[in-house]
Amino acid sequence: MKPMKTLFAAALAGGLAFSSFAAQAQNTIKVGVLHSLSGTMAISETTLKDVMLMLIEEQNKKGGVLGKKLEAVVVDPASNWPLFAEKARELLTKDKVAATFGCWTSVSRKSVLPVFEELNGVLFYPVQYEGEESSKNIFYTGAAPNQQAIPAVDYLMENEKVQRWVLAGTDYVYPRTTNKILEAYLKAKGVKSEDIMINYTPFGHSDWQTIVSDVKKFGSTGKKTAVVSTINGDANVPFYKELGNQGIKATDIPVVAFSVGEEELAGIDTKPLVGHLAAWNYFQSVENADNKAFIEKWKTYTKNPKRVTNDPMEAHVIGFNMWVKAVEKAGTTDPTAVIDALIGVSVPNLTGGYSTMMPNHHITKPVLIGEIKADGQFSIVSQTAGLVVGDEWSDFLEGSRDLISDWRAPMSCGNFNVKTGKCGGAGK
Amino acid sequence: MRSRFLTPILAMLALCASAIGMSASASPADEAFAKLASDQFPQIEQGIVDLSAIGTPEAAGVLEALSETKLFYAPDKSLVIKKSEGQLTSPSGAALTEAPAGLKQVRINNRVRRALESALGSLTLISPDPAKRKAAAEAVFKARDPLALPLITQALARESDAGVKDTMLRARAAIVLASSTAPDLERINAVDVLAEKGDQDVLALFSTVKAMAPASVKQAIDTAINAIERRLALLSSVQNALYGLSLGSVLLLAAIGLAITFGVMGIINMAHGEMVMIGAYTTFMVQEVIRARYPALFDWSLLIALPLAFVTAGAVGLVLERSIIRFLYGRPLETLLATWGVSLMLQQAVRSLFGPTNREVGAPAFMSGSVDLFGLTITSGRLWIIVFSLVVFVVLSLVLRATSFGLKMRAVTQNRRMAAAMGIRTPWIDSLTFALGSGIAGIAGVALSQIDNVSPNLGQGYIIDSFMVVVFGGVGNLWGTLVAALTLGVANKFLEPLAGAVLGKIVVLVFIILFIQKRPRGLFALKGRAVEA
Repeated sequence: MKPMKTLFAAALAGGLAFSSFAAQAQNTIKVGVLHSLSGTMAISETTLKDVMLMLIEEQNKKGGVLGKKLEAVVVDPASNWPLFAEKARELLTKDKVAATFGCWTSVSRKSVLPVFEELNGVLFYPVQYEGEESSKNIFYTGAAPNQQAIPAVDYLMENEKVQRWVLAGTDYVYPRTTNKILEAYLKAKGVKSEDIMINYTPFGHSDWQTIVSDVKKFGSTGKKTAVVSTINGDANVPFYKELGNQGIKATDIPVVAFSVGEEELAGIDTKPLVGHLAAWNYFQSVENADNKAFIEKWKTYTKNPKRVTNDPMEAHVIGFNMWVKAVEKAGTTDPTAVIDALIGVSVPNLTGGYSTMMPNHHITKPVLIGEIKADGQFSIVSQTAGLVVGDEWSDFLEGSRDLISDWRAPMSCGNFNVKTGKCGGAGK
Repeated sequence: MRSRFLTPILAMLALCASAIGMSASASPADEAFAKLASDQFPQIEQGIVDLSAIGTPEAAGVLEALSETKLFYAPDKSLVIKKSEGQLTSPSGAALTEAPAGLKQVRINNRVRRALESALGSLTLISPDPAKRKAAAEAVFKARDPLALPLITQALARESDAGVKDTMLRARAAIVLASSTAPDLERINAVDVLAEKGDQDVLALFSTVKAMAPASVKQAIDTAINAIERRLALLSSVQNALYGLSLGSVLLLAAIGLAITFGVMGIINMAHGEMVMIGAYTTFMVQEVIRARYPALFDWSLLIALPLAFVTAGAVGLVLERSIIRFLYGRPLETLLATWGVSLMLQQAVRSLFGPTNREVGAPAFMSGSVDLFGLTITSGRLWIIVFSLVVFVVLSLVLRATSFGLKMRAVTQNRRMAAAMGIRTPWIDSLTFALGSGIAGIAGVALSQIDNVSPNLGQGYIIDSFMVVVFGGVGNLWGTLVAALTLGVANKFLEPLAGAVLGKIVVLVFIILFIQKRPRGLFALKGRAVEA
């Protein structure tokens, strides 16, 4: 009975919201939330939608922006990539949102990119990604490879003296590009080809027996071995279960993951995983007052004392605060003005420092390495001394090495080739 | 002039003072404890090494507390151990009445953990618990710390358990082999001891030692490596077959319910995967209740979940058949679309009820860990799933062959009108058959919850594979499903090391397409309504 009731209440509330909004349409600023609430990606993206609603509610309590209340427009692209583009168009043309926060997978971002460029929208993208992109209309608040993958590899080299590398990933664009960058980086550091094993698996792979035993074999040459995992989403749980069952402990072969955070660990028994690593720009276990307050707010908002926070959530917090600040600086929500105003905006992040929006539309962040603890949280074992600037065009890939992005006038270019001195010189 | 005179005296005084200070307050153990009270990993590591050299029960207690993350330190650098009952004690075991302010946990990372394992290894070699002794010997094997040699020799002399003794012998051999000071003959003997049960770990040890060993030892190692590698190569095909069997049994479990609904009844049920999901969520619910109310029953949770999952998924199936599918008999395309819609609705319903994130389903003690078979590691959970899937298969075959319900079911499938003429209530049998297939899928969900994510998307991952198995095996035949599932599993696992997981899957799919071209009715064709339609 209860779900029915809530459903009914929600419908009623929705109806009310609709009618009231016609009256005061002029007095609100609309913010689009473009995250999948159904389908495969709902597992990760629903949380981000809730964060956005919480942030907007909180901003409204503070009086909104430019004296107007914010209004969230939530749409559900249902983990369907073409639908992302349709929903983005709907947000920009029908709802006329001032900014949009959304997407998780790279393919969904690639799908909405032309829409945002065509209609001159503003998109904040909160997830770590493979780089090799810079759009005038997208602000990348997640980590670029140099803000996550490369520091993680450095950590393993220095602290664990790793000499042999397994690069394991799900077969799609993010792992493939990241592994290409990592392979080039490792080789530049003097690692031989026979000491690198690259392995791809399909989405949702659940039978890891062969691969885990291959990893075990690869790691038994006497050289210290580590696994760098770009395995995506759901496939991680069976992978870690198999590692635990085959008795591979973090002290033997550590696994450093780029897509496993607090949220993913919430679904598994983490005791066999203690000591495996993850690299992020934020962990829930970061100790400082801002973060503590944020976790408290989140738990109260979701009415669940067990809810965890994670890195993409922090990215949304940073992105949202940056947008608010830029709108106030520009004095308008007009995208062109806001896009210009955003560059150089600096807001506190949750790890105790400030993040700044750089001219390449990426932000500065610290890089943290955490080891999984028995309670599913991370113990932070390393943190970069300063902030790392997101590098959209990797220095380790042929062709992308010569490109830079700077969206300030007069250059205003996302792929300026420093060799030819021309914009749009996609280096290949 | 004066200062020249004074300095040596002052220095002397200082030395005396520090010596007195040392003897008065800081024993070596205290110094080591102070090192642990830090947030610097290298310092903690040093403290562990010092403590393991000291080796008193007190030191062992502190190290054990550290390994169980129960060690804390106060701002004044004194250590506090938190007992499992929440009681606080000092390292000497004296109970503390109140917690010092500003207690911080001593943190560990992998390097510290390694040092800790090796230190604990040498300290717990003579523990009364054989499992602990075995773990200790394994830790010594990994660390190969020359300092542990006298300890392990001692422990060996008094060891009575054969299994533990074996591990200790290997650990001792590893230390001897790795030490450059041991006589060559002894090192060669060590190679023989290790080679006896040569696995990946031993190979790793051999290749590390080889580089720095003298010629005679090197030769022994080379021969041993060759022998081990030959054996491992042989084992790897056995391993592939076993892994294949395991994958096959998972496929069989996922597909066997579909073999009834699609195979026997000819209903293209796209919501089949969701029945599996419902079974998995039932397991989750059962475990939640058990965790909250009857924690002692946890090891039985899967057994308790089985009938419940069968009933729940079966009931959903029954409702589905009565309310939608029965109106669509003979219209396969519409059935496909309708059941696909139902599958989306079920997924979203579960998502709204339980949330989109994964739910944790624990493994009972007997299903976690792995079994060591002649150097092959097989996960015990997967071993049980192989057994379980075969049991389900046998029971289902018996139901179809030996019960009156099975007889009626087969009669209806093979000749509906004749069956109706004999007084069988065919619509009723249809419903029950569909419920049976769904219920079996629910049971599969209980098993799959052990190896996969329990999330609303659980079923989607299996639906394509299930159809593949049933079509390949031959529609309407349980034996076909069994053979097809195992064949596909084994083929997949033999292809995977050669072609990679992605390409392996593609190759299998292409093979099935070609096979279906040649034999459209699958491995074992059967006559039935599906054929007539």
